[in-house]
Amino acid sequence: MQLRPVRLLENIKNKKQTSIMDKTVVVGLGSCGIAAGANKVYQTISDYLLQSSQVDFELKKTSCIGMCFKEPLVEVIDKAGRYLYGNVTSELALQIIEEHINNNAPITQFIVSSNVIEAPQNYYFDLQQKVVLANCGVVDPENISEYQNKGGYDALKAILLRGLSDIDIIEEIKKSGLRGRGGGGFLTGMKWQFAHNNKSDDKYIICNADEGDPGAFMDRSLLEGDPHSVIEGMIIGAYAIGANQGVIYCRAEYPLAIKRLNIALKQARENGFLGKNIAGINGFNFDIYLKEGAGAFVCGEETALIASVEGKRGMPRKRPPFPAELGLWGKPTNINNVETWANVPVIIRNGASEYVKLGTENSKGTKVFALTGKINNGGLVEVPMGITINDIIYKLGGGIKDNKKFKGVQLGGPSGGCIPASLGDTIVDYDSVNKTGAIMGSGGMVIMDETTCMVDVARFFLDFTYKESCGKCTFCRIGTKRMLEILERITKGKGKEDDIDILETLGRQIKESSLCGLGQTAPNPVLSTIKYFRDEYEAHIHSKKCPAKSCRSLITYVVDKDKCIGCTVCARNCPSNAIDGEPKKIHFIRQSDCIKCGICFSKCKFDAIQLL
Amino acid sequence: MYMRVQRIALKPDLTSNTIDVDLSLLQPLIQKYKGKKGIAISLLQGAQDIYGYIPEVVFEYLSKETGIELSILYGVATFYTQFRLKPVGKNIVKICHGTACHVQNATAVGEAVQEVLNVKDGETTSDSLFTLESVACLGCCSLAPVMMIGSDTYGNLDATKASKIIREYQKQETN
Repeated sequence: MQLRPVRLLENIKNKKQTSIMDKTVVVGLGSCGIAAGANKVYQTISDYLLQSSQVDFELKKTSCIGMCFKEPLVEVIDKAGRYLYGNVTSELALQIIEEHINNNAPITQFIVSSNVIEAPQNYYFDLQQKVVLANCGVVDPENISEYQNKGGYDALKAILLRGLSDIDIIEEIKKSGLRGRGGGGFLTGMKWQFAHNNKSDDKYIICNADEGDPGAFMDRSLLEGDPHSVIEGMIIGAYAIGANQGVIYCRAEYPLAIKRLNIALKQARENGFLGKNIAGINGFNFDIYLKEGAGAFVCGEETALIASVEGKRGMPRKRPPFPAELGLWGKPTNINNVETWANVPVIIRNGASEYVKLGTENSKGTKVFALTGKINNGGLVEVPMGITINDIIYKLGGGIKDNKKFKGVQLGGPSGGCIPASLGDTIVDYDSVNKTGAIMGSGGMVIMDETTCMVDVARFFLDFTYKESCGKCTFCRIGTKRMLEILERITKGKGKEDDIDILETLGRQIKESSLCGLGQTAPNPVLSTIKYFRDEYEAHIHSKKCPAKSCRSLITYVVDKDKCIGCTVCARNCPSNAIDGEPKKIHFIRQSDCIKCGICFSKCKFDAIQLL
Repeated sequence: MYMRVQRIALKPDLTSNTIDVDLSLLQPLIQKYKGKKGIAISLLQGAQDIYGYIPEVVFEYLSKETGIELSILYGVATFYTQFRLKPVGKNIVKICHGTACHVQNATAVGEAVQEVLNVKDGETTSDSLFTLESVACLGCCSLAPVMMIGSDTYGNLDATKASKIIREYQKQETN
C-alpha cells in the first residue's frame, strides 16, 4: 500500500505564488483511501494542474478523515466553506474541477458532507468529538508547518514559556485522568510517576505502535494522519520522566505510517524539537528512533515488546520488576500506546481542567474506534467516553448492513469479548465495558448481525491467539490449542455434551495461569459468547444446527422447486460443478459434491436456493 | 510483509539452489550493524529485503560475520511471521483473514483462490509465479473481504470475483 510516486507540486505552488488561491482541493491519501483508488484520483488532478494554463486552485494531500465507507474522498474548500465529495473516481474528479472549481457550482449529488450546505452524512461529523483525530484528514501529515498552524508543538513550547517542571507535567496528566488507550486502561500519570521516581542516567520512552488486532486500525490512521502529535506527546513524556532516548515500535505492515513517521522525525529534528536543548530548554536532550516490528501479536505486551526492541524473540517475562524500574536495556522505561501519546499535547496545551470536561467520572476524554463488520458506515470515529454502543452503531455507523438484525459487537479483538445487542445501551467507558465481560481494548469494534455464528467467531479468535501464543506458559500454549479443538468440533457438528463445561473450566485455568495479557485474555471471546449466546452453542451440540446458518458442516443448500425457472445461473457459477439441470428445467444440487460455498445462493435472482 | 496467519515454511528449503546466493550483497548490511546491540531482527529484515527470503547460507554467513549464534538468528527468524525461509513467487497473493473479512466470508475467497492457483496456504505455484498467503489484517476493513496482489488491493470480494481477478493475472503472466 505504498504511495506510488506522484509528481511533486512544489513547482506549481511556486509558479502560482503571486496569485491568491481562493480554492483548495484536498485528496485523502490514507491506506484505506489508497486501497480504494485515491492515488489515481490525486494523479488525475495533478496532471490536470500541470497541463492546464488556467489554474485556480491549490492541490493538497491529507490522510484519513475516518469516512472509510465513502473513500476515495476529495474535499473542496472555497470561500463559502468546505465540501467533501465521496466515492470519487478520476472522471468525477475532473467533473468537480469543471463544475465546482471553474464554474462555482458544487455538485450536490456527490457531496457527502459540508459545513455550509445540507448533505447526507453531515451527522457523521456532528456526532463526533475530535480531540486526538482533530488533524487527521485536515492537515498534510508530511508538512510540519501545517501541524504547527493548528497549535502543534505549542504544548512543548509552553514548558519553557510557562516554566513548567517535570513534576508539573506529571501532575497535569494525573489531573486529566488519562488512561492507557492500548486497552489496559492504567492511569498514565501514575505510570509516568513510577518511571520518574526511578533514578538512572539513561531512561527510555517507547511508543507502542504494534497494532496487532485483526480488525483495528486506529493507531495506523493516527500515525498516517498526524504523526507529529504522537512525537510531541513523546517529547513531553520524556521531559516529564527524564528520558533521553525514545523508540517507536511500529509494525512493518504499516509502510505508509513508517514513511510518514520518518519524515516527521526528520522535520522535528530540523526544527529543534528533537536533539539537544529541545525547544530552548537547557539540558533537555532527547531523540527518537523507529524500530520496525517483525510480526508477532504478543509484542503488544510491554515486556515482550522490550525483548523485541532488543532484537530477541518477543517473549514476555514476569512482572515485577515493571519496565518503569527495569525496562529496555535494563533501564527505567515508560511505554504508552500511540493514542495515549497523542492525547498528551492536547492536555498540556488546553489544560487538564478543559480535558476533564469530556467523558465520564472514571474515564476522561474521548476514544477512537474502528467500526467494521456488518455495518453500513465502516470507518474511524472518535467519540466522547460515555456514549452508548447503540448510538455508535445506529447514529454514527448508520445501522446494520442490508437491514439485518444486530446481534452483537466484539470489542477489544482477540483479548476482548462480545457484547450482545440486548446490552446495546451500555455506555463506552472502561468500567462499564469491563462489567459486560468484554474489554475496552484498543478500539476495534466488529459489528455482527444475525448471519454471524458466535461459536464460529469464538473459534476464529481462538485460532488467532493459539497461533500467536509465544509458547512460554503451558496453559496458554496447550490450553488454547485444546479450546480450539473443542470449538472446531462443535462447529463441525461433532460437539460433545460436556464441551461447554470443559471450555469454561479450561478458559478459567488459562486466564489464571498465564504470565502475560495474551494468555490472561485469550479465553475472553469464548467465555463471553458462552455467557450471552449459550443457546447457539447448545444448538450446535445438541441439535447439530447452526442458528446463524453459517457453519458449513451444519447447513445444506437445496433448490426450491417452485421458484426455480431453470435459468442455469447457479449451475454455471458453481465452482465444484455440483448443480445439474437443463435450461428451463428445475435444477438439482448433488449434495455429495457441494462444497457449500454459497455462490448459488448469492447468484440466484429468483430466491430459489434455500439454506437449511 | 504483512503478518501472516500461520508461521509457515519453518523448515529451510534444502532443495533450493544455494549456489546463486551472492553473499557479498550482505556486506553493507553487516557494516551498518556490526558491533551494535540488539541487531538480530534488523539483520534478518535486511537480508530478506535483499533475497526475498533468508537462505540457509545467509544464516551461517551472518552468524560468522557478526558473532551472533546461529541458534539465536534461527530462533528469531522462526518466531516472527515476517521472515520467510523459502523463496517466494513473482506475485504474492495475500488473502486477508482479519475479523471484519472473516465475518464477511473471507474463507470462501481464500478457497476460491486456492482452487484457481492449485496451491494451499503458504505455497508457491510450480511455475514460481504466485505465492499464496493468508494474512491477519490488511487494515482496509471497510472494503472487506479484501485481498492484495503485489501492492494492489482488491476489495468487496466474493469467491467468483476473486477467481476472476486471479485468472486475469494468470493471463497477463502467460502473455
